[in-house]
Amino acid sequence: MSTQETRERLELLQGTLDLLILRTLIFGSQHGQGIARAIQQTSDEELLVEHGALYPALQRLEERGWISAKWGTSTNNRKARFYSLTSAGRKQLAKETTKWNRLTAAIGRVLESEEG
Amino acid sequence: MFQRNRKASDFGAEIEAHIEMETERLREQGLTDEDARTAARRAFGNVTKAQERFYESSHWLWWDHFWQDVRFAARMLRKTPGFTAIAVLTIALGVGATTAIFSVVDATLLHPLPYPQPEQLVTVEDDLPGIGVQDAGISVPEWQDLQRSGIFENVSPIGGGSVNLTGSSQPARIFFAAVPPNYFALIGVKPQLGHSFNPEDHTPGFTLEGLISDGLWKRAFGADPNILGRSVRLDNDLYQIIGVMPAGYHDPGRTTEERNTDLWLATGFAGPPAPPPQRNARILPSAIARIAPGLTITEAQSRVDALVASLQKEFPDDYPPQSAWKVRLVPLKQAVVGDVRQSLILLLGAVGLVLLISCVNVASLLLARSSARGREMAVRQALGAGRKRLMWQLLTEGMLLSLLGGIVGMATLFCAKGFLLQIVPDSLPRLNEVSINWPVLLFALGASLLAGAIFGLAPALHVSRPDLTHVLKSEGRASTSSSEQARTRRVLMVTEFALSLVLMIAAGLLLRSFWDLLNVRPGFNPQNVMAIRTWLPIPNDPETDIYRTAAQEAPFIRELLRRSRTLPGVAEVAAGDIRSIPLGHGLNDLNPYLLVVEGRETATDQPPWVNVSIITPEYFHLLGMPLERGRVFGDLDNENAPPVAVINESFAKIYWPNADPVGQHLKLNNARSIPRNLPWTTVVGVIADARTESLAESSAPLVYLSLFQKPSKDLAIFLRGCLNPASTPPALREQVQLVNPELPVFGAQTLDGALSASLSQRRFSMEMVGLFALTALLLAGLGIYGVISYIVSERTHEIGIRLALGAQRRNILRMVLHQGLTLAITGAAVGFVCALIVSHSMAGLLYGVRPTDPITFAAVALLLIGVALLACYIPARRAIQVDPLVALRYE
Repeated sequence: MSTQETRERLELLQGTLDLLILRTLIFGSQHGQGIARAIQQTSDEELLVEHGALYPALQRLEERGWISAKWGTSTNNRKARFYSLTSAGRKQLAKETTKWNRLTAAIGRVLESEEG
Repeated sequence: MFQRNRKASDFGAEIEAHIEMETERLREQGLTDEDARTAARRAFGNVTKAQERFYESSHWLWWDHFWQDVRFAARMLRKTPGFTAIAVLTIALGVGATTAIFSVVDATLLHPLPYPQPEQLVTVEDDLPGIGVQDAGISVPEWQDLQRSGIFENVSPIGGGSVNLTGSSQPARIFFAAVPPNYFALIGVKPQLGHSFNPEDHTPGFTLEGLISDGLWKRAFGADPNILGRSVRLDNDLYQIIGVMPAGYHDPGRTTEERNTDLWLATGFAGPPAPPPQRNARILPSAIARIAPGLTITEAQSRVDALVASLQKEFPDDYPPQSAWKVRLVPLKQAVVGDVRQSLILLLGAVGLVLLISCVNVASLLLARSSARGREMAVRQALGAGRKRLMWQLLTEGMLLSLLGGIVGMATLFCAKGFLLQIVPDSLPRLNEVSINWPVLLFALGASLLAGAIFGLAPALHVSRPDLTHVLKSEGRASTSSSEQARTRRVLMVTEFALSLVLMIAAGLLLRSFWDLLNVRPGFNPQNVMAIRTWLPIPNDPETDIYRTAAQEAPFIRELLRRSRTLPGVAEVAAGDIRSIPLGHGLNDLNPYLLVVEGRETATDQPPWVNVSIITPEYFHLLGMPLERGRVFGDLDNENAPPVAVINESFAKIYWPNADPVGQHLKLNNARSIPRNLPWTTVVGVIADARTESLAESSAPLVYLSLFQKPSKDLAIFLRGCLNPASTPPALREQVQLVNPELPVFGAQTLDGALSASLSQRRFSMEMVGLFALTALLLAGLGIYGVISYIVSERTHEIGIRLALGAQRRNILRMVLHQGLTLAITGAAVGFVCALIVSHSMAGLLYGVRPTDPITFAAVALLLIGVALLACYIPARRAIQVDPLVALRYE
């Protein structure tokens, strides 16, 4: 029951799911379930990704041309839809990452000053 | 882009795979099969919601919604056939009328002329601004200079008039154009049969070859395929037909005659019967030209200006600096359409207002219905319909209505097209080009969609009120509309009244102008007078002319008058030239004479011009024109006596304001110069002014000469008495042809008819705008009736309580009327201000009334308010007849 920890997990901030998906795909193509797992694992199970919300996000990214998809076979021989980053997606990821870093740094500074 | 069309089943399969993989993973962690599946589903969340979101993100959703809306709107419209019919008919009226007028505007103002490369075609006009003369005509040497200048591909002067065609069953009078051989090369239209003139032909006079119109070919020659080479007699000369122009070909022209030319003759304008070419003799009334390829009109104009300057240097005697000779190029289309533009724009504006008013009417109908549908909307909103979705639904309903209306309107227009074209006066240029074509259909579609957007929006904007509980709670009673909706309805009513008032004032001003024109004292008595025309032939060789001099023509005229007097019902007869027919001659029949007044001979190259009427002595009495001084012509003023003239009052006022004109001397000549040895003409009398040129213009200076002293070829015979329009002309024809069987008798008209025809364009504008204004009044009346009825039915309950509590029925009546009247008066006030602005732009179309005529404004406003009062009275009466018991029990 590792998915049902007693510790309350963090809800994703609006708009960050796209960034996380893009980031996850930088290591190679992956299917939806794999992406969900990867986000959860790399965040040390801190982030809560509702799997159902993942798919509209994937659909959206695909329509914008940042990721592409095709059906393939998973490691345990199941048919799954694999998503991979396009070059436009790569650029977008770089842009979004910079933005995110600036944002968190700025918010961090504000919170620091308030504490101090 | 195939991802966009990804199927929902594909998406479903992906989700299914996800859950399977997650289940497998959890099972590997040691969960039981069932627990693992439940946990995977829980982690996924709401599968349906994910699928919905996927569905919504695919862009076909709007189409689904749209299609749903259309089907729903169609169902709604079918459920309320009465409402639908009224709305559709209102829109059909607005769109149909607007499109009809637009089709005329499209053909007249928007379409290029129906010739190849029409943008290169111009008219060439000589102006002499130094002495205030515009469009003086051009001279033959000037034409030749322009033709050789290289600025133009071709330049063609156009002369013409009417000619006797003999050789067919009945001598006929037809309109012909005298053009140089390059004319059809310039226009760019080829004949359907035979060939046109050889543009290289340089014959100075007439070539004795002619082309005929398709109409004449069918009328006079039974569409004979072997017509080519046949000879016809025109006046006294034989011409060979070398070609037939295609059906539907019309010359570019300002007047009906010019456009309906039946015959084209080629001439170099330099041989008989034309005088020898002279640089300052502007014998060619007008010329058209095709600018050389690659030149714009502006470039051509500047090169023409340079040419004019060099010619002025070369021929200083012919172009004295004080006359400031200029040559002006005017785009041919502008010259053809001329002053009709203003009338057409007025009509389009008027009909646009009708469309707007019908939109407003349908909008308030829809609004009333939408408040009746308040509950339906509230229920939908409560069930989760988005506001945007509901707005789109209402807008779709509006659009569907307007499209239906547009289709009905266009269908009616299509069926009534023939009839409608008959009401348009045929003096309208390019009338034959009016048709319902793609641009017109597109216009109709655009107008309908715009209308739909306008009136669909009003109810749609009211969906925004999320006050569901209120509406849902008021179940059982007719839902009272919100104050916001009531305000919108009031605004719509005020708008409708304002627009109607503007239109009615425009119509009122036109009506008053027309009325004033009808009641203007023309200065002659048109009753029981008929004018019938004949024409003496002019052979190309003057030696063969049997009516060349006054002495030769006088016996014919005397015999004609004697025979005419014997016709049944005829009491008086007179004769004159075509220009003596009051209001019955076209502008191109004007033939001004050069004038020299003794003691004030002018030194410029252009002596003043004056219009001349040539008549027999009985003319003034027959037309009831009173003599002011001196005497009229007598029997002794014949071909052997010294020449005399009668002048009108305007002429006398200009030249002898302080002296007695009788006994003064003039010289008049219709050639382009006055020979020194021309004898003086003595003024013997002054006749009262008459509006013989146009009813709208007070008289211009005019000189009358005697037909027995000054022969004329284009004759009119005037008859007064109890005449029969059907039998008199043939009877006269018989008498004329007993004298000379070669003469045509044509153009019979009553002077009353001529008077009425001279007002045809004004009448058309007035009738159309009047019709639109009447429609607007009707729509406004119906609109306010609907709104007040609605208010009354909404307040039945309240009125019942008032009555039960002892309110006087009279007070209730006053309350309801007051509501309607406030709207009407506000609307009228707004309209009043708008009309003040609009009416100024119509000043050019008015006669005798100022654009701010207080009587018209007041009368129209009162009429509108009166109609509003009447329209409110019917529902108001219903209000006071409310039975308090019934009204309360209803609850």
